Amino acid sequence: MSAKTTILTVPEEELVHPGHRACSGCGLSILYRFGLKALGRDTILIVPPSCLTVLQGLYPIAATQLPCLNVTFASTAAAATGTIAALKAQGKEGITVAAWAGDGGTSDIGIQALSGACERGDNFIFICYDNEAYMNTGVQRSGTTPRGVITTTTPIHGKRQEKKDMPAIMAAHHLAYVATGSAAYPLDVYDKIKKATGITGPKYLHLHTPCPPGWGYDTRYTVKVGRLAVETGLFDLYEIEHDVFRLTGASKKLVGKERKPVAAYFETQTRFRALTRARIAEIQQEVDAKWAGYETEKKGTPA
Amino acid sequence: MSRLPFARRKSHSEPGPGDAGKTGSWRVLRPLIDVQLCIPAKTKKMACFNCWLYCPDGVVTRTIPPTIDYDYCKGCEICAEECPAGAIRMVEETEFVKREQ
Amino acid sequence: MHCIESGNVAAAYGVKLARVQVIAAYPITPQTPLTEKLSEFVDAGEMEAEYIPVESEHSALAVCIAATSAGARSFTATSANGLLYMSEQVHWAAGARLPIVMCVVNRGIGAPWTIWNDHQDSISQRDAGWIQLYACDHQQIIDTVIQAFYLAETVSIPVMVCYDGYLLSHTYMPFEVPEAEAVDRFLPPFKPAYALDPRQPANLNTVTLPDVRPDIRGDLAPGYTEIRHNLHFDLRQALGTVAEIDAQFKEAFGRGGSPHVESYCCDDADYIAVALGSLAYQLRDVADMLREEGMRAGVCGIRIYRPFPDEAVVEALARAKGVIVFEKALSYGNEGALCGDIKAALYGCDPRPFVRNYIVGLGGREIRTADLLAALRTATNNRGATCEWLGLKL
Repeated sequence: MSAKTTILTVPEEELVHPGHRACSGCGLSILYRFGLKALGRDTILIVPPSCLTVLQGLYPIAATQLPCLNVTFASTAAAATGTIAALKAQGKEGITVAAWAGDGGTSDIGIQALSGACERGDNFIFICYDNEAYMNTGVQRSGTTPRGVITTTTPIHGKRQEKKDMPAIMAAHHLAYVATGSAAYPLDVYDKIKKATGITGPKYLHLHTPCPPGWGYDTRYTVKVGRLAVETGLFDLYEIEHDVFRLTGASKKLVGKERKPVAAYFETQTRFRALTRARIAEIQQEVDAKWAGYETEKKGTPA
Repeated sequence: MSRLPFARRKSHSEPGPGDAGKTGSWRVLRPLIDVQLCIPAKTKKMACFNCWLYCPDGVVTRTIPPTIDYDYCKGCEICAEECPAGAIRMVEETEFVKREQ
Repeated sequence: MHCIESGNVAAAYGVKLARVQVIAAYPITPQTPLTEKLSEFVDAGEMEAEYIPVESEHSALAVCIAATSAGARSFTATSANGLLYMSEQVHWAAGARLPIVMCVVNRGIGAPWTIWNDHQDSISQRDAGWIQLYACDHQQIIDTVIQAFYLAETVSIPVMVCYDGYLLSHTYMPFEVPEAEAVDRFLPPFKPAYALDPRQPANLNTVTLPDVRPDIRGDLAPGYTEIRHNLHFDLRQALGTVAEIDAQFKEAFGRGGSPHVESYCCDDADYIAVALGSLAYQLRDVADMLREEGMRAGVCGIRIYRPFPDEAVVEALARAKGVIVFEKALSYGNEGALCGDIKAALYGCDPRPFVRNYIVGLGGREIRTADLLAALRTATNNRGATCEWLGLKL
């Protein structure tokens, strides 16, 4: 694996114009800045309805400096397929096709087309920015909303079902590259997207995206909250390459070390206010068991 | 980019800043960098730049010292929170509105 | 090349001659042999196209929307529920002004399930903003498919080429397959005004406000309503373009001349039957029989349904005493869809013929010439406003 990018070596040029409509303190905004730096100008973006649609601008002004096709909600990955086919048919090489979708557009309405495109082996990057609800439409629950979270459609008792494990579903397609990342670690995200651009075939990145209005915390803490998710062992940074799982970065460093208690993460966000102490203790046990598994199977050691 | 033949026929946006106008108007608090405390500013070295890294809107420059584009800074305070030297403090925007008036 | 083949194969030849670059394929009866034939062409190297086996019809049109936006000539085909599944994309392609061509092999819509022919599928999409052309036989299928690409790319509006499932798709007829060189001279390569390009970045089809708004230069850019108005305006103008392309095609290949309506014995007709697709040809037999009985009957086949060829319709029908619209679809709760459009076109005529409406052949119910004859023979007066049904058994 090549040397990690640092704050000083990551490209300075911004490929997003300022003055866009993303919320103040938006986690996606951080991801998008570094994601575009990693993708570079020779890229065509595909974007379904989502926060990113709004961030990228309303007609006729575009905040994004890359060419982008806005598509219907369910069709993101199919549109990526079509774009790749057109470029191939015209002999246009060296253009990356990258789809950016929210968790709803990936794991709910978008999953069928995504699975199809992966089965076809199309050469594209699919980036899911997971803010764990339908944020663009006002915080409704999605398939990746964690259990117990208060959303506008789970307003009192919180979501009853578990968070859908999208990276595992994508890994089951035996992709060349599946990875997770977080807005709290933008350089890690940069490196992973950059790595993906050099791999042929479908690539899937699942990026944890803190959202101040949706998660219920002050904008100031976006990075801190994102970091806590990783430091408590709730959201793990890893790669799966050709079915081989490997923890990376801050998660890898956590193997065999003491993790912050999950309660520390839940306390920071009002969306977890329905979690009882008993439930939090249960979650702590689940997380502990998961990490015991990592430690036992030594998944954290370098290949 | 020239006006294309189908300019009025399609929803076809061109890149440019300020889709939401001058988003600096969203601010309630303004970040101010204290160059005495700021690591790159006081060491005169390319170092730290957490503020540049974590700014969601890319309005901080990776320069010595870092500067902030107040036309577009939304006042989220992430730079203040993530500055390891405590060099950024948030000040009431109304102070500056008064001064500008 | 002269051949005897099925309607689906005729369409496949048209797609091949049009040098389509991206094909999105999802199977649905009775379209399937068309997509199968295309895969044969591509696998055998006879066609240089990307053949994409998509996982749904919604994705099929998504592939075409993206491919065309990125500069490639694209095609897909479907029927019935498949068309309905992609309905969101049908509207999208029109609003995005993409010159996609799609064959709709007409089939009835569930529920209940049917695999047999009627027109409800394409009729249900008539308001989406596509050009809708109907073919009456295999020659028209291949000729229309070829012209459809030229038309779509000239006016930047997607085109649906509709032909009857089973009645045309699966039956065998002789037809002429034009020479590839001749089609190349007729149909130039696809040169879009804009294709997604990193060197000229643009953000396509994003949220568009109700009102006009300045662009990056300060010039006023349209709102949603202007963009949609322009689609409608350009659709109306396309009636002229369809005729021009038909004339060019006729000059190159010797076939055509009825781009809007195909009239049969209408000049002196007292009673004219109107229909879409192959039914119009079946009705010619009926008109002939009635003429032998002394009734001055004629048939007006509608070739282009959207944009609606109101001038051509008035020209063909205004002098008649009665117009009888036979159709394989309806606007439930009201009357036949085509009938409503015919009535509206004739509204301003003074005097105007009465209009009768028969719903026939839904879900592939056999349309017997004897029944058509009986209906037309007695339809010499204006019995009332609502539609009647032919062929109901229970």
